[in-house]
Amino acid sequence: MRMELGVLAWGDGGWGDELARGAMVTIAIASAAYLVGSVLGVLLAAMKLSGSVALRWLATAYTTTLRGMPEMLVIYIVFFGGGALATWIAANILGIRGHVDLPSFAVGVVCIALSVAAYACEVIRGAVLAVPRGQIEAAQAVGMTSLQRNRLVVAPQAFRLALPGMTNVWQFTVKDTALVSIIGVTEVMRSASIGSNATKQPFTFYLAALVIFIVIAYLSQRLFTRLQKSADRGVRWGA
Amino acid sequence: MGGLDHLGFILDTVFHLSAGIPRTLVLAAVSLAIGFVLAVGVAVALLASNPAARKLAAGYVYVFRSSPLLVQIFLIYYGSGQFRGALEVLGLWHFFREAWFCAILALTLNTGAYTSVLIAGGLRSVPWGQIEAAQAVGMSRYRVFASIAFPQALRHALPAYSNEVVLMIKATALASTITLLEITGLAKQLSAETYRPFEVFAAAGIIYIALNGVVAGGFGLVERALQRR
Repeated sequence: MRMELGVLAWGDGGWGDELARGAMVTIAIASAAYLVGSVLGVLLAAMKLSGSVALRWLATAYTTTLRGMPEMLVIYIVFFGGGALATWIAANILGIRGHVDLPSFAVGVVCIALSVAAYACEVIRGAVLAVPRGQIEAAQAVGMTSLQRNRLVVAPQAFRLALPGMTNVWQFTVKDTALVSIIGVTEVMRSASIGSNATKQPFTFYLAALVIFIVIAYLSQRLFTRLQKSADRGVRWGA
Repeated sequence: MGGLDHLGFILDTVFHLSAGIPRTLVLAAVSLAIGFVLAVGVAVALLASNPAARKLAAGYVYVFRSSPLLVQIFLIYYGSGQFRGALEVLGLWHFFREAWFCAILALTLNTGAYTSVLIAGGLRSVPWGQIEAAQAVGMSRYRVFASIAFPQALRHALPAYSNEVVLMIKATALASTITLLEITGLAKQLSAETYRPFEVFAAAGIIYIALNGVVAGGFGLVERALQRR
């Protein structure tokens, strides 16, 4: 029973730099997935708010599926299922024999983005619906086209209203990235696993991973609070 | 491979994987039950006038809500091995070497943190005048909590709690990473045996979606029944 923090030292003697690199990969995956997922989320929200029954149904089927099953299964389906599909395409269409492996970093980003989109969609949809009806009527009254109305009236206000929800979405995006360690992406979690296997100090390493995640959550919360303050400037409360 | 063959295989797989449903449900139900009791205690501590209790509760909630469940599970299951000697002396090693125990412990601590915030929010929503009125008619502190504040807090927290139950059913899939053969664990096994990962994991997904549909529907019924009163 001992915890030697020396294993977490920087450089060749310790695993501090490996963990820091893992943290960078975690932040990179989370940021890319958040960006892609938010764009998809806007599209899905637009589908849910559209007049077309088919589009609404499609978007609802997507969010119900993605929110109803474990994120880990999404990763397995895309990674292994996508790999099997790529192998089949290579064999039957391109005539290349052998197993095709997908790049795990890109697959990781796509998988996380797919579930981010499902949650972001609900947040964005709620924010758009929360824009006062009078604003839209006023935009129509002054003769704006629907594109102008969405771009100049709805979007800026919906952005501010969606921020608290999108902050939550970011926080779970970061936590979700731990799952891509199962397909071999060397983010914080896998860096910690490698270190713990090499030193036989699993507690020390997973505790370090836990602390890294908490620090990321804390720092990004501060960033989002600042963003919210800047989005709220000029807003009269209770008006 | 025709489309019908795929569909038949997926159906067979759904039946095969449904053997894992009881294990998934036990993991979720036990963790939710113990986690709920824990959450009530933590919620009371979050609203306590004692600053030490408040800080301790807030610290616990912050740690478990801002780190991934996978890290928590590994920290408990693999991490406990580092203290094997001490745990043996305390007679606790027996528990910690069990994947079941570690999975339930991690899931419980996790849902306890999330649920405590929901319950604290529910308690805050109870109008202060009601508490004062209850005190004025001479109710004890315990009576005020148990028969005035808590039932209303529960009703207020119910919609969000149904979401938490769905999230927990999904979260049990992570127990497969520490050797438990619940739905996802069985799916991983079968996918390695059949080399048909897409269909196998899709079948597992169908089971989770069905389970969560039932849970969401059940909570919806309870909510509607409560509203009628």
